[in-house]
Amino acid sequence: MKVVIMGCGRVGARLAGLLDGDGHSVTILDTDTYSFRRLPPTFKGNALVGNGLDQEVLKRSGIEDADAFVATTQGDNRNIMASQIAKNIFNVPKVVSRIYDPLRQELYSTMGLDAISPTTIFAQILRERVES
Amino acid sequence: MYIIVIGGGRVGYYLTKALLSEGHEVVIIEKDAGVCKIINDELGGVCIRGDGCEAATLAEQGTSRADILIAVTGDDEDNLVACQVAKYRFNVARTIARIRNPQNESVFRKLGIDITVDSTSVILEHIKGELPTYPLTHLKDLGEVGLEIVEVRIMPDSKAIGKKVKDLPLPPGSRLSLIIHQSQKPHIPSADTTIRDGDRIIAITTPEQEEALRTVLSGT
Repeated sequence: MKVVIMGCGRVGARLAGLLDGDGHSVTILDTDTYSFRRLPPTFKGNALVGNGLDQEVLKRSGIEDADAFVATTQGDNRNIMASQIAKNIFNVPKVVSRIYDPLRQELYSTMGLDAISPTTIFAQILRERVES
Repeated sequence: MYIIVIGGGRVGYYLTKALLSEGHEVVIIEKDAGVCKIINDELGGVCIRGDGCEAATLAEQGTSRADILIAVTGDDEDNLVACQVAKYRFNVARTIARIRNPQNESVFRKLGIDITVDSTSVILEHIKGELPTYPLTHLKDLGEVGLEIVEVRIMPDSKAIGKKVKDLPLPPGSRLSLIIHQSQKPHIPSADTTIRDGDRIIAITTPEQEEALRTVLSGT
């Protein structure tokens, strides 16, 4: 599978390493080259500097024939916008985005975006631990 | 009308001032407490501190009864989300977003935003209109009907000089609407009007035919 990841933070870098290890072709985008230090030394994919909201940058990342796009930047709105570009402009078959704000995540899920709120999930996990 | 403005920067501030003076009910939502205070000191209590992309903040301001939401923060993605939340969660009839990256105009339209105002392009067009090397300037984009209004300046090397309007091979869908020349009053050209050096022509065309129109009226 060909995967484009936007945002090379802890989650993005870790995901890139996992998918790369599974044999997928991974391109990871970040606006800051310093972020790429988080990639594992074994990473064989591409690391590309650029803003994932810019369609030229997305084209360079190979989004036009990507099978999946994942948005994991720190900004909910950036993730939302990039995911919608991937889904509605470039017709990427599988698009997943992280949205911290649970209300925003709910709204965009009902609008058809595959969005995960780590806030909701992590709070639930913590509750289970506390109550067990 | 009840209008919600997202972003209390310079654009938001002057926009709100203008809307208030026209008698509209206006609320600005701004994240920065200091900026809110300045606006409220100057314009009265119109500014609410909060994140205009958050449904909870918008609900508190009664967004479902708003006629228009205008997002004018400096970040395109924030303006997109504020407009989408207003539209899809609160059914606001008209959403207007400021954009800074000209590429985003088509993206925003595709994602349901009613109107975009591209501040970068507006400034660029104004500057280009003053440069002698740009014979064609966009005056107004009528995106919803697929037309645009442009101004073309007839340069001394133009091959249209001395020709009558009816003899120009104008591309389909293009029409010369007004000719402005220093020596006389602006007039609507007829088929027999002759194009002269120094004419400024206001024309209607389509984005596809713009280049062809420019070629007909310029030297190259």
